[in-house]
Amino acid sequence: MACKIATRNAYGDALVALAEKYPQLVVLDADLASATMTKGFAAAYPDRFFDCGIAEANMTDIAAGMSTIGLKPFTNTFAIFAAGRAYEQVRNSIAYPGLNVTVVGSHGGVSVGEDGATHQAIEDFALMRVIPDMLVCCPCDGHEMTLAVEALINYKGPAYLRLERPATEIITDEIEGYSFELGKGVTLRDGSDVTIIATGINVPMAVKAADLLAESGISARVIDMHTIKPLDEELVLKAAKETGCIVTSEEHSVIGGLGGAVSEFLSGTYPVPVVRHGVDDTFGRSGTYAAVLEYFGITPEGIAEKAKQALALKK
Amino acid sequence: MDDYLSLKHKAYEARLLAVDAVHEAKAGHPGGSLSCMDALTMLYFKEMNIDPANPAWPERDRFVLSKGHCAPALYSVLALRGYFPVEDLKLLRSIKGHMSGHPDMVHVKGVDMSTGSLGQGLSCAVGMALAAKTTGKSFRTYAICGDGEIEEGQIWEAAMAAAKWKLDNLCVFLDSNGLQIDGKVADVMPSAPLDKKFEAFNWNVICIDGHDYAQIDEALAAARACKDKPTMIIMKTVKGKGVSFMENNAGWHGKAPNDEQFAQAKQDLEAALKAIEEEEK
Repeated sequence: MACKIATRNAYGDALVALAEKYPQLVVLDADLASATMTKGFAAAYPDRFFDCGIAEANMTDIAAGMSTIGLKPFTNTFAIFAAGRAYEQVRNSIAYPGLNVTVVGSHGGVSVGEDGATHQAIEDFALMRVIPDMLVCCPCDGHEMTLAVEALINYKGPAYLRLERPATEIITDEIEGYSFELGKGVTLRDGSDVTIIATGINVPMAVKAADLLAESGISARVIDMHTIKPLDEELVLKAAKETGCIVTSEEHSVIGGLGGAVSEFLSGTYPVPVVRHGVDDTFGRSGTYAAVLEYFGITPEGIAEKAKQALALKK
Repeated sequence: MDDYLSLKHKAYEARLLAVDAVHEAKAGHPGGSLSCMDALTMLYFKEMNIDPANPAWPERDRFVLSKGHCAPALYSVLALRGYFPVEDLKLLRSIKGHMSGHPDMVHVKGVDMSTGSLGQGLSCAVGMALAAKTTGKSFRTYAICGDGEIEEGQIWEAAMAAAKWKLDNLCVFLDSNGLQIDGKVADVMPSAPLDKKFEAFNWNVICIDGHDYAQIDEALAAARACKDKPTMIIMKTVKGKGVSFMENNAGWHGKAPNDEQFAQAKQDLEAALKAIEEEEK
């Protein structure tokens, strides 16, 4: 049985583990350190941790200013505030001048659960992805998150990193030949009938969906697309050509996220059926995270169903 | 003799360049550019530790024009200080160049922070000052905010943060010209008493006449001497300062003069320059 850890915990651990190696790393939070998991860094490196209080816009621009002096700030709050409340700060003060800040949105998607729609960010990929030059990353498990954090510390430029709240199983540590590179998707399983391109906690679900599909005699390829922007176009094109249809899967609105990115790319290069799996054009709702995911069909069964739809559309 | 005559002369040269650029561009914000010009000139020609030949010098003092729409003022002062040729000002807002309508740190030499969306620049300046403290650097950070700009709630978030971290390496001018696009600040969104507000936010507050060089100089010295608090210099200014028909007129917030109006503006500013030159003799 694979071990389970929330990507936000893996993220918090990685910040502490990498702090000595990267003295330019500084961490900002907006009164959520015990939820965004920056509390470990705050305790270990108090001189490099800045609690800005409940003022996300200010935090975002403080980070912009700090980066101009050569520091590498990671800002932390819930995804809804990182990408929503402080959207224009990210756009105008970080991305437009091309500053070296990583904006971290914790508790992404609907799996926040009980807090309900006000705290469920299902638009963060769309909001961040539409900003020019913005990198958008959503690792699928704790192992991948650890590697993503170090890659982002070394990355020069504006970036958005989504963390998830619930503990999910680690799958990428057992994948043969797995390596992490920003902007490069990872083929977790080969297949010839359909390709499931997933991001975040939908990746382990996609692997399970592939198992379900195999029971019906359908060979599904699974791609872990941890970087939504820049999209690994080469890998998407290859999948479109070799499997002829695509399912995208994300804990996000079906509008504007990974599904949007893949559809936009393929429609202009190699049109094949693309069925988008995620949250339909609606707000989230309260419930335990498992109940909420079930409610919205963010399950292996939900992905498998979309895969069958995609196959039916294939000429 | 007035110790500040050469600075005053620079400021009026910059005013002429700014109004010329806005006229050339047929768009821009002359009113607020003219009101903050004396403080800006004092910063770039006397106060700040900078090297125009080396705009990216890591130890330099930083400046953030939080009221970014007054880019014509900043660009004109930067040009006069030697960061780029004065001729480049003719490309303000033009598709032919990189002199964008609001300060652009990527393309315009000497600009330390891209600004324009009101309320954000002060937070960026707080970040710079905080980074200096964190890394043990001795440079100072300066900023200019508008009195309309401070209606943005983020300004007060930044004000709290600057006091929390005792940023005595941060010195901000509040350009209190009393006017914003829709009219008088006092009518649009009354913000008085500003001194008491910033004092309550634990800032070192100094109130001056923003066109009096001795007062600006003294305030900057007092800011340098102040420990453990950021300084807010609230300067009473005249919007459109130096151009007769623009003075104290909200209509000149974001409008370019036509040819006839520009001729009048040029005449006003050249007369002021001549008067300063007479005094210098």
